[in-house]
Amino acid sequence: MNDRPTRRELYERARRRRSNVIATISTIVVVGALIILIPMSPGWDRVRQAFFDGDVFRESFPGLLRAFWLDVQILLWSTPLILVVSLLLALARNTRSPALFPLRAFAIVYIDVLRGIPVILLVFLIGFGVPALGLSREWANPLIWGTVTLVLSYSAYTAEIIRAGIDSVHESQRAAARSLGMSSRQTMSTVILPQAFRRIVPPLMNTFVSLQKDVALVSLIGPVEILRQAGIDKATYANFTPYVAASLIFLALTVPCTRLADYALARQRRRTGATTIA
Amino acid sequence: MRPSPVMRRLVPAIAISALVLAACGSDDDSSSAEAAATDTTEAGASGEACSNTIDDGVLTVATGEPAFYPWVIDDAPETGEGFEAAVAYAVAAEMGYDADSVVWVRTTFDEAIQPGAKNFDMNLQQYSITEERKENIDFSLPYFTSNQAIVALEGSPAEGATTVADLQDVKFGAQVGTTSLDFITDVIQPSQEPFVYDDNVGAKAALEANQIDAAVFDLPTALYVSGVEIEGSSVVGQFPADAGGTTDQFGFVLEKDGALTSCVDAAITTLADNGELDAITQEWLADFTGAPVITVE
Repeated sequence: MNDRPTRRELYERARRRRSNVIATISTIVVVGALIILIPMSPGWDRVRQAFFDGDVFRESFPGLLRAFWLDVQILLWSTPLILVVSLLLALARNTRSPALFPLRAFAIVYIDVLRGIPVILLVFLIGFGVPALGLSREWANPLIWGTVTLVLSYSAYTAEIIRAGIDSVHESQRAAARSLGMSSRQTMSTVILPQAFRRIVPPLMNTFVSLQKDVALVSLIGPVEILRQAGIDKATYANFTPYVAASLIFLALTVPCTRLADYALARQRRRTGATTIA
Repeated sequence: MRPSPVMRRLVPAIAISALVLAACGSDDDSSSAEAAATDTTEAGASGEACSNTIDDGVLTVATGEPAFYPWVIDDAPETGEGFEAAVAYAVAAEMGYDADSVVWVRTTFDEAIQPGAKNFDMNLQQYSITEERKENIDFSLPYFTSNQAIVALEGSPAEGATTVADLQDVKFGAQVGTTSLDFITDVIQPSQEPFVYDDNVGAKAALEANQIDAAVFDLPTALYVSGVEIEGSSVVGQFPADAGGTTDQFGFVLEKDGALTSCVDAAITTLADNGELDAITQEWLADFTGAPVITVE
């Protein structure tokens, strides 16, 4: 093969370079305008003092980081539980045998109810309600019931994603597997689910990012995690800078996850042969 | 930076006084000039500044949503019933606003401290006066000084405590942003980290859910919570008002560097001096000496 670029390659390279230049210029213009215009607004001094106070930032940041570790722990506990529960729900909802109708009905009711109630209300109802039944101190721990709440709510969402993934696998795949003599269970675990999961990685990542932020709702029933710590610092200084600091800490976790999700999506598009048209 | 409204009003007053002084050269006139200057200053502090409200002729007072007993009775501050409602009307009267000219609005804590224009002239919902907060908002002089108190259910490890050392292994709860929470972390310093709630209702729920051993409130709230809201609970101890070198004083929140602050201060000083503030306190806040005092060594 000839190493010299073809005319088409040269042309495309020039187009790419032109796109890059335009993108760079427009970014500089937009960011520059924001940097110049925002401080010109009449309330900027007050806003800067209330949201971007360097001293308050330095004072609160280490405590916020410490408190964030609790969020990460809750996240690490709840994520695998959510995956297991939601998979079971999705499978229950996909059963076909008439005898299993009660199971299907349960899955449908569970998903409808728990997906329909705002997480914040569930946190209060379960976090204060269940322990008030008379549990011992260890079992009344709000960390347990906060995590349970997240698992209940998010498994309902995730079950629907998994179900959609299962439904997206063409019926012929199932028919082919069954005609080869595979049992219904084998068909599901070796033919349907692997294909389904590959397709639902992007929406699952999306839900995971959402969960990372909703973990903060556990603070409503007592535990001092990052959102609560920020609230305490905010009240101490009568200043919103701790919220800005907490947002940055959240971003440090969520942005890599969203990038990863994008990457997964792009890779999947390449694999499945979908064209990418900019 | 533009000059504060107070300064804008004072500058002409000072200028006029200076002119008067300059015009009156003779000795016998200087006393009347001084008197005139004093009058102008006084008018600037309590008269003119007091008219500097967001809506002309109306004093807009903010409180919490909902406002809690015994600070406001039945969440209806317009009735003037409850300690803070009564204080607000008394202060308003001193500032020259009769009851009909007082308008109530509701805000959260955050709304009161956020930058920009405020939708109230003054805000009272047990805001503790602290130096850090003064960086961002104005506080009036205090209208109440509170003790911290511990509420617990029967059989709680907090029962029978006489010194802070007895409270080391107690699991505490408190409301976010309160002096009660600071009191737990700074003065009691228990071995377990306290749980924190958005409001007193959360702390009450946690007590009932056996998630905490005891909750810390300001004394009037503690009395109400234990007496009315949580069956089987009691105030197991109270701390001296200046325990741990911290005094919990409630003040009105006003716009930072706003014109009204001096006027509200003047009104509170008058009410404190003439005994009216004490009378309101006696009327609405139970005089409580029943709970054992817990010492802070």
